[in-house]
Amino acid sequence: MPTVKIPPVLRAQTDGAAEVAADGSTVGEVLRALAEAHPGTAGQLFGSDGALNRYVNVYLNDEDVRVLDGLDTPAVDDDTVVILPAMAGGARS
Amino acid sequence: MATTEPIELVRSRIEEVDPADAREEIDGGVALVDTREPHEYEEAHLEGGTLVRPEELANRITEVVPDRSQRVVLYCRTGARSARAADLMETELGYEDVASMAGGIIAWQDAGYPVVAAQGMTKDQRMRYSRHTLLPEVGVEGQLKLLNAKVLLVGAGGLGSPAALYLAAAGIGTLGLVDDDVVDESNLQRQVIHTTDRVGEPKTQSAKESIAHLNPDVNVVEHRTRLDADNILEIIEGYDIIVDGADNFPTRYLLNDASVRTRKPVISASILAFDGQISTFVPFEGPCYRCLYPTPPPPELAPSCGAAGVLGVMAGVMGLLQANEVIKLAAGIGEPLIGRLLLYDSLGTRFTELKVKRDPDCPICGPNAPEIPESEMGKFPDYDAFCAGAAVG
Repeated sequence: MPTVKIPPVLRAQTDGAAEVAADGSTVGEVLRALAEAHPGTAGQLFGSDGALNRYVNVYLNDEDVRVLDGLDTPAVDDDTVVILPAMAGGARS
Repeated sequence: MATTEPIELVRSRIEEVDPADAREEIDGGVALVDTREPHEYEEAHLEGGTLVRPEELANRITEVVPDRSQRVVLYCRTGARSARAADLMETELGYEDVASMAGGIIAWQDAGYPVVAAQGMTKDQRMRYSRHTLLPEVGVEGQLKLLNAKVLLVGAGGLGSPAALYLAAAGIGTLGLVDDDVVDESNLQRQVIHTTDRVGEPKTQSAKESIAHLNPDVNVVEHRTRLDADNILEIIEGYDIIVDGADNFPTRYLLNDASVRTRKPVISASILAFDGQISTFVPFEGPCYRCLYPTPPPPELAPSCGAAGVLGVMAGVMGLLQANEVIKLAAGIGEPLIGRLLLYDSLGTRFTELKVKRDPDCPICGPNAPEIPESEMGKFPDYDAFCAGAAVG
């Protein structure tokens, strides 16, 4: 099944896992499978309307799904879905 | 501190001459003053001009032009600094007949008029940079490009520190540093340009000291401030390439907007915990920061290093990758990270590369993005509100 790469800020919700296998034949299905297995990720990934949050970038392998078919983009076994929020770092909390 | 007047207002008060008219006056022997910095003068200048740095104007202009009724023509890089200098000379220093050359030395060169240009390297420089010039892709020509480059580092912290050190080592002629912070002990785990004995010192000053010891060829310009909508255009004006090591999203979005308007490339990186990201944004050649991140994340998805921690070496790895991009752009070699987002995971020591495309709906660089008229150039959206608004709902 496809692998989801979890960004550092979400790893607390996946028990520290940086990679999670999640089943689905589209990117959307894979992400929903992830959210089911790790409910803490759901709120970060999806808005109340069920759509992907605009501030989360999702890639299928190395392509932004926005230039493919969004959440309907097909996913196969050796695909990697990358979740990517922006980072700004900074010394101050 | 008094706010700086918008440049359009200043220009409306003073006399401007175009390069053609300036040339005629110069041929006729008018007093010509160059209101730039020494490194700019050394790179290229108009023959017969005397350099008076903007911050020395009030003190030195009477030495250079003792007769206040004498006609003086000023020039700078694009006509902004010379306009302000002309205004200062007439309103506060008692000069009666001052003009600024519109468009600066850039317009002069565009018109095809001659300038006095820099020569090659000194003997010491040939020795210092020999390991660069030995590389066929760099050579003396490439090294001269580095020596003439002007790079602005936004942030003299985690990313700025290693980037500044290696860019200074490489002989980048001018390094500008934007940072209003002072050195803190907790910085020293990764901000290697600073030292224990400089805790409490302004970061730009500390960085300047380190660079001076490493490479006296480098002209370091301190900008002890934070970038905001009022100062950003004036600060970035004097630079060719910008390194984004900012610690917050509003600044990144503002910098993106300003750099696209002025067509300046930005090498953007960020670090947190064990991860880093880097990409190179060249306006209209590739995507911009807004294409990549149309909306900022809410605070809980973007903690600071102060909250979540960061492996010290991450600053080094990503800062140096930024320096690498600068050198490629400045020397015109290799393949910069345009349209490519490089992710580094230091725990697994793995690099991942993602493709970034120009967003056809990008409000900053997209084909339907509003064209900014000259009069609106210095006005920016409120990016603090933009980022705060994204956190709601």
